[in-house]
Amino acid sequence: MAELALADIKVIDLTQRIAGPYCTKLLADYGADVIKVERPGTGDLARSLGPFFHDDPHPEKSGLFLALNTNKRGITLDLKSAAGRKILLELVRDADLLIESYAPGAMESFGLGYHVLERANPKLTMVSISNFGQTGPYRDFKATEIVLYGLGGEMYSCGNPQREPAKLYGDIGQFHAGLNTAGLALGAVFGARASGQGQWVDVSLMELWAASQDRRTTLLIGYQYTGEEYPRLPTSGLGLASGYYPCADGYFAAGALLHWDAFVNWLDSPEHPHPVLRDPKWRAPTAQGNPQLREELDAMYYPFLADKTMVELWESAQAAKLPSSPLYGVADLFKDPHFAARGYFVEIDHPATGPLKYPGAPYRLEKSPWAIRRPAPLLGQHNAKVLGALGYSKEDLVLLREQGVI
Amino acid sequence: MAQLPLAGIRIADLTGVWAGTFGMMLLADLGAEVIRVESTQFFQTFTRGIIARPPKAMIATQALLLGGYAGRDPGPRPWNRWSFFNSTGRNKLSMTVDMRRPEGMEVFKRLVKVSDVVVENAQSEVMDRLGVTYEMLQAVKEDIIYMRMPGYGTWGPYARYRVYGANIEDSVGHNSLRGYRDLTPSEGLSGVLVSDAAGIGAAFAVLAALNYRSRTGQGQLVEAAQAENVLPFFSQAIMDYTMNGHVQGPIGNRHPTALQGTYRCRGDPRWEEGFGSWVNLTVSTDAEWAGLVRAMGNPPWARDEKFADPLSRHRHHDELDRLIEEWTLQHDGYALMYMLQKEGVPAAPVLSNKALFDDPHMKDRGWFETVTHPEVGTHPYPGVHAKLSKTPLSIRKPPVRLGEDNEYVYKQVLGFSDAEYREFERLGHIGMDYRADIR
Repeated sequence: MAELALADIKVIDLTQRIAGPYCTKLLADYGADVIKVERPGTGDLARSLGPFFHDDPHPEKSGLFLALNTNKRGITLDLKSAAGRKILLELVRDADLLIESYAPGAMESFGLGYHVLERANPKLTMVSISNFGQTGPYRDFKATEIVLYGLGGEMYSCGNPQREPAKLYGDIGQFHAGLNTAGLALGAVFGARASGQGQWVDVSLMELWAASQDRRTTLLIGYQYTGEEYPRLPTSGLGLASGYYPCADGYFAAGALLHWDAFVNWLDSPEHPHPVLRDPKWRAPTAQGNPQLREELDAMYYPFLADKTMVELWESAQAAKLPSSPLYGVADLFKDPHFAARGYFVEIDHPATGPLKYPGAPYRLEKSPWAIRRPAPLLGQHNAKVLGALGYSKEDLVLLREQGVI
Repeated sequence: MAQLPLAGIRIADLTGVWAGTFGMMLLADLGAEVIRVESTQFFQTFTRGIIARPPKAMIATQALLLGGYAGRDPGPRPWNRWSFFNSTGRNKLSMTVDMRRPEGMEVFKRLVKVSDVVVENAQSEVMDRLGVTYEMLQAVKEDIIYMRMPGYGTWGPYARYRVYGANIEDSVGHNSLRGYRDLTPSEGLSGVLVSDAAGIGAAFAVLAALNYRSRTGQGQLVEAAQAENVLPFFSQAIMDYTMNGHVQGPIGNRHPTALQGTYRCRGDPRWEEGFGSWVNLTVSTDAEWAGLVRAMGNPPWARDEKFADPLSRHRHHDELDRLIEEWTLQHDGYALMYMLQKEGVPAAPVLSNKALFDDPHMKDRGWFETVTHPEVGTHPYPGVHAKLSKTPLSIRKPPVRLGEDNEYVYKQVLGFSDAEYREFERLGHIGMDYRADIR
């Protein structure tokens, strides 16, 4: 097997739910040795979050947990106990990274703040992920996905002008933060290897939204440049034919704003001649924002789409070199020829669910590929192995178990 | 102070539009020398403008997302004044060269020879046409890392499909999973998280490849297809389908199990004109419900049996939305946040692009950084992605102007003489203005 890109990186993962685990999953999927530390008894909170296999809410059957924890080894450890703390400090000794997502101050209260970890291993990079960061007036505020997106991200302008601002799907902000943190953590490890000196990285989910290229930074700078507040706009604000239009089996989107020639070549076809679209009026500098022209175009566009399927339209629009898209649902992803040809969804076997399809490689590194070496760990599955490697005997493990440390 | 983490790494950056430019900004923030390879002879739409020289009238009527030129004025060099580009331009260098001409390609190869990474995010065929392939790059620099970030991949049925982030948003299923429960999708949504995620994903993948190289001495070809990068963000919906056959649809701003919404509040009453004051709140547990009731001043209706537990609260969500909004309308967003957070309820106002600058938390953490750009003036800009305790990241260089670093790159990095530099200038490779006939 080809050597994995991050095979020489060791990670102690104290995170739970989504953001931290997605970060460490990325590291693990590219080869890092990730030891996931869970609370004895209940484990990662994600074990109690849906969807569940066959809708059975069982701690080993959360699809979210299974998807987020591939390739990690799992141990249980009560960090509040003296023995748990001692074991963690032993684990940290030869680690490159420790990633945690406790409430700010919690690591300190366990006696595991950065100054303690730094003493145990000066080369260690510690990454703390929290809602608002380790400092500031909101530090201890509570947050949810929607609260963070509304505060930091560009929710205000997302959606219909007559309605409330709209959030994105599910917990996307958490995945987004996890991906961001993976890059930051890896970058910091690079620095630590070069300088021999680790550091503490403070990641705030609110700030990652504020720093998001999902229109936010462009519009923040746009405000500075113009003094204008950016509202939710009608779809027509982005040019003629922008937005979704119904077709035979769903909806289709093909913006004409930047690709008028391609759009006309697509629409003005032998079987649907629309020579009027060749008129110069459509090319006037203000044409794309002209409501009368929009109405005139729509009168031709709706009937053109009505008898064609999403896939047919996509093919013909792309043949005309027109950027465009079908509005796919989740089931469509699994029928899609492209993802099938690339083998994107991969089957992973897990003792509690049997084999299931999971999302696959986000990046294809030719020589050091993404690879599944093991499914998500059962709670405490690797206690004996990981603690054994630290020198704890079978008898020690029994004692630690009886004390509730593992 | 210690060096930034990626000091000494050089990236030849061929990216345009949003995704690649954003990703390379993250690597530049971390200390890599990112050299944008641009051209004065060719204008790539959506990178430094939709067109190079937009008339003032066009800028005046465009939505801010596209028309965000400083002072809504194109100025003599509009391509340096566009918020869209300037949001990813910091900490980078810019050189210009026309790679379509043989001597230009030689300049590019000279850059490859002294670089660690080459990155591109054009349509698949663009690089082929230029003759830039991994094999070609490897012949120039044995251990080069070549990062490609196409929409769908460089191979497979959609390899040549033309898509923007907004298109991928549709075809990976995001736009069928979000939005209003009671409206058809034709009402439209904005948001292009796909591009953002593609950028940060590419930054991560470059770092992974660099790590492999530092251990094995080998470079490689890396492909980060934007669609494949973002699909794991929908893991719940995907796993719900593969485990249970469920096809999830939009639930608006609600939560699958908690009580949650976006409510009108006091302040800006333009709720139905795209503006307005709004507050988000979530009540997951009985303790949070009790906190909400206390914050509202213990109204008698809250004692009703039908709101007594999470299941029945979820069942009576519509009614609760009306009752909660009667209360939120009496207070402004920040007041509601403080009242609710004091009682242990997650809540905060929805902040516009204007409002975030006044947020006390962002101010306290010093997140915005004031930057002076030679053609735009002095403004606060969005800050960096994290606080690093020993090598703090910051905006070390303002958003880069076209060709700003030609002299440094040609002479210091590539080792051309003054005479050679003047010759490249005469041939139109070097400059700070697009060719006069480019509209």
